[in-house]
Amino acid sequence: MSHSQTHGEAHDAAHGDDAHSHTSTDDRLVYMANQIATFFGSQKHDAAVAGTRDHIAKFWDPRMRARIAELLVSGGEGLKPIAREALEGLARKQ
Amino acid sequence: MSLVHEIDYGTPASKSEKLVTLTIDGMKVQVPEGTSIMRAAMEVGNQIPKLCATDMLDAFGSCRLCLIEIEGRNGTPASCTTPVAEGIVVKTQTERLKQIRRGVMELYISDHPLDCLTCSANGDCELQDMAGVVGLREVRYGYEGENHIKMGKDESNPYFTYEKSKCIVCNRCVRACEEVQGTFALTISGRGFGSRVSPGMDEEFLSSECVSCGACVQACPTATLNEKAMYDIGTPEHSLVTTCAYCGVGCTFKAEMRGDELVRMVPYKDGKANRGHSCVKGRFAYGYATHKDRILKPMIRSSIHEPWKEVSYEEAIAYAASEFKRIQEKYGRRAVGGITSSRCTNEETYLVQKLIRGAFGNNNVDTCARVCHSPTGYGLSQTYGTSAGTQDFDSVEESDVILVIGANPTDGHPVFGSRMKKRLREGAKLIVIDPRKIDLVRTPHVQADYHLPLRPGTNVAMVTAIAHVIVTEGLVHEDFVRDYCDWDEFQEWAEFVAEERHSPEAIQQYTGVDPALVRGAARLYAKGGNGAIYYGLGVTEHSQGSTTVIGIANLAMATGNIGRNGVGVNPLRGQNNVQGSCDMGSFPHELPGYRHVAEDDTRVLFERDWGVKLDDEPGLRIPNMFDAAVDGTFKGMYVQGEDILQSDPDTRHVSAGLGALECLVVQDLFLNETANYAHVFLPGCSFLEKDGTFTNAERRIQRVRKLMAPKNGYADWEVTIMLAEALGYKMDYQHPSEIMDEIARLTPTFTGVSYAKLEEAGSVQWPCNEKAPEGTPVMHIGGFVRGKGKFMLTEYVPTDERTGPRFPLLLTTGRILSQYNVGAQTRRTENVAWHPEDVLEIHPHDAETRGIRDGDYVRLDSRAGSTSLKAVISERMPTGVVYTTFHHPVTQANVITTDYSDWATNCPEYKVTAVQISPSNGPSPWQENYEAFSRQSRRIAEAAE
Ligand code: SF4
Ligand code: SF4
Ligand code: SF4
Ligand code: FES
Repeated sequence: MSHSQTHGEAHDAAHGDDAHSHTSTDDRLVYMANQIATFFGSQKHDAAVAGTRDHIAKFWDPRMRARIAELLVSGGEGLKPIAREALEGLARKQ
Repeated sequence: MSLVHEIDYGTPASKSEKLVTLTIDGMKVQVPEGTSIMRAAMEVGNQIPKLCATDMLDAFGSCRLCLIEIEGRNGTPASCTTPVAEGIVVKTQTERLKQIRRGVMELYISDHPLDCLTCSANGDCELQDMAGVVGLREVRYGYEGENHIKMGKDESNPYFTYEKSKCIVCNRCVRACEEVQGTFALTISGRGFGSRVSPGMDEEFLSSECVSCGACVQACPTATLNEKAMYDIGTPEHSLVTTCAYCGVGCTFKAEMRGDELVRMVPYKDGKANRGHSCVKGRFAYGYATHKDRILKPMIRSSIHEPWKEVSYEEAIAYAASEFKRIQEKYGRRAVGGITSSRCTNEETYLVQKLIRGAFGNNNVDTCARVCHSPTGYGLSQTYGTSAGTQDFDSVEESDVILVIGANPTDGHPVFGSRMKKRLREGAKLIVIDPRKIDLVRTPHVQADYHLPLRPGTNVAMVTAIAHVIVTEGLVHEDFVRDYCDWDEFQEWAEFVAEERHSPEAIQQYTGVDPALVRGAARLYAKGGNGAIYYGLGVTEHSQGSTTVIGIANLAMATGNIGRNGVGVNPLRGQNNVQGSCDMGSFPHELPGYRHVAEDDTRVLFERDWGVKLDDEPGLRIPNMFDAAVDGTFKGMYVQGEDILQSDPDTRHVSAGLGALECLVVQDLFLNETANYAHVFLPGCSFLEKDGTFTNAERRIQRVRKLMAPKNGYADWEVTIMLAEALGYKMDYQHPSEIMDEIARLTPTFTGVSYAKLEEAGSVQWPCNEKAPEGTPVMHIGGFVRGKGKFMLTEYVPTDERTGPRFPLLLTTGRILSQYNVGAQTRRTENVAWHPEDVLEIHPHDAETRGIRDGDYVRLDSRAGSTSLKAVISERMPTGVVYTTFHHPVTQANVITTDYSDWATNCPEYKVTAVQISPSNGPSPWQENYEAFSRQSRRIAEAAE
């Protein structure tokens, strides 16, 4: 049985309204990393970086971590400094 | 089996520790001081006749049936209102007493319709019983005189009738509504002979203030207030005690049956969460279990555009298993996952996560707690070391100051709300932090001392400002902090909150709240005696949800309000078993008992027991699953008992994710909204049809008992076992008790839990183990679970969801008393009488400037989507803020909500969405398209014969 037909069909079926543009998963990952960095950002610098790094290591599934590592390699646009530093540390650890 | 019978002691138990000895009918009795003579007599099995007394209510002393004689005292005092005294000698049965009682009964009976044989309460009527008890054999007054026999019936309430002619004006219903429920809906209208009970100003029950909790029905000694089911079915003949499947209060009920038909649910007085009370949902709204929409046969289809095809369990399970295997082969082990249900039992939830970890071989498991209390888990485990509330519900009876933030207990957790109101009527002080003027702010005989109506999304600023006042005004409980918390972390925190930018004056620009109120509230909480914080989804469902939970935990530590009765941090959990589903390892990073999947020791423990290798990487959380599905890396899902399409935010994104799946298996009672996207449907089983346990908001584990055979053939746990086995992973359990034994074996906080223990104790609160064999009602006594309590900094960061010229109003969402969550159950009961549709509450000023009148259809737009619904103009709303519920799929409030979420847990920001409102004359195009799609998707092919 062919399964390609099921891909996205419901989405189209239920959409007739003017399309709403969601941010992509990449945008979301950067946004989430920055949110985490913002919380830990009120702590001392080293603690902030470590806190952000541990949080991402503990809660993000491997594909999310792999994807943000790729984004980092290609410049990591939009990442706040603490998030960036934390992710660099995470990449080294893995 | 017979009926579970609970003794009625006539008056409530006294809490005094001092004992008094007296003699009743020649027997020595020792009881606590303050006990009534009636209760003392019952303690030795001596039942004094009574009509107006019952032990759920304070004594009233009106019927004069319970008279007694006391040696050396004149007269015949009422035993219900007379307290015991040292050394007195009481007689409950003498010639004089017999005569008086007969006389009293004769008067009652002469004005009572004598249709006992056909009365719905025949065999269940205290008037009938008392006539027998006092030996009434003739009535001299005749029935011809003036009487009430021809009065009508009020049948407006869908669940109970009020038959005025049968009323004996004992006042029990009026007192139940006041003392137990706290609604004050009933009064005695008229005087003397003409007096009768009436809801409000001689209204009908349905249109009155009555919230249909049923307390008056339970209290009524006659058939005057009686369940309609008693008319329809007859009196019950056997019963079992079970737990409500609606909310996190976890009320227990005697489920009273006739044959395999449920006649009524009677709140269980021994229930330690509800203490004999209930709300309209648990008490009456169980009809969904036999609703015609319920699906009883498994179904499959290869495309969601095809109609469903009914098949056998074997075929459905085999198809689902082969699809999951195919997907994993093609896209990888981590391309499938599942969702456990906070409505199902602990045992079922445990099995679903075990299936995902053991048979799928990954950690892609999550639960609806993601979208409600995941920040509670994170915040409290960081600061205190446990992912749960600190108190039991009884604790509120010792609170002096109650701080309610982002919760609406009278609607969301009604039975606990009633218990809280009772304490407030006794004089406890109340602080409410909420944008809306929720009922608690002002309700009969309760008024908040402080209401801080903050702008949605500014909780962190508010909580930090309260901390600022506590620190800068020297209100910190320093001894507590030094003894139990990390002092360095405390100092860093104290310095942080003391900064001027956190003062109530400075944060007014965000919260909009008068700084004097904030200061007053902070002083009251810190210095008003036992201070208890209760919070709900108004705290967690924000982009800074976890930060607010941490801020709340900081407040309790700084003021020493933790580790004893009357204080604490109390999350009011939403669904019946949301605490349990979290405990059972439903989160993608944690095995049962909140242990991270990367911890080698824990994993090895489970690997040995389960006989499989476990993944050491965290899995996807619900919103991440939708992202991965849209990206094409997540293709198959097993969803048990959750309607993620309707309940999760940003419906369009969810529908895109679900629509991208190649195999979606939904197990539910009904073809819910999520099932519109499913390929396999496995019929679910209601809580009336299975054994198991639920864990309520107080960490209390309680039994769910099977009253009838599963209408769909199998309990949910049995279906999960079939699916696991079809995937090649053997699960061997004959009964849910064996699953609990496994949980106890593998989870340190559960080692003392077993069905035998629950049978013996009724219920138990975890941790229950060698250190606490009887469980733990109050946590963190004499030190925190994590060691030293951890103060953490809580910087306020405004959400990125902002109002602006296009979207100038803030929408916040919630629920109401009569409906529950996505409404799948309550919409299929008579509860729709109170809430037939979702409406938008809007302040008169905001309505007027938009030309909107009460009852108009309005269009609601946000950056995520639009919907339309009816507007209700309400002074409860502050200007600039509108409110709606999400109980009905036609409204789809979550088309509006955005994908912003909590920084730590991805819990969605349901409570803040920037919107605009405009007049409209019908459903939005999304609503129309969705309606058409869902009609098409729900088709079931005619069985080919
Ligand atoms: S059902 Fe509850 S709220 Fe209604 S009148 Fe009776 S006690 Fe009061
Ligand atoms: S309705 Fe029932 S409880 Fe209320 S006064 Fe009449 S008999 Fe008593
Ligand atoms: S308060 Fe909650 S648990 Fe109790 S009856 Fe109502 S819905 Fe059920
Ligand atoms: S039961 Fe005591 S006066 Fe009615």
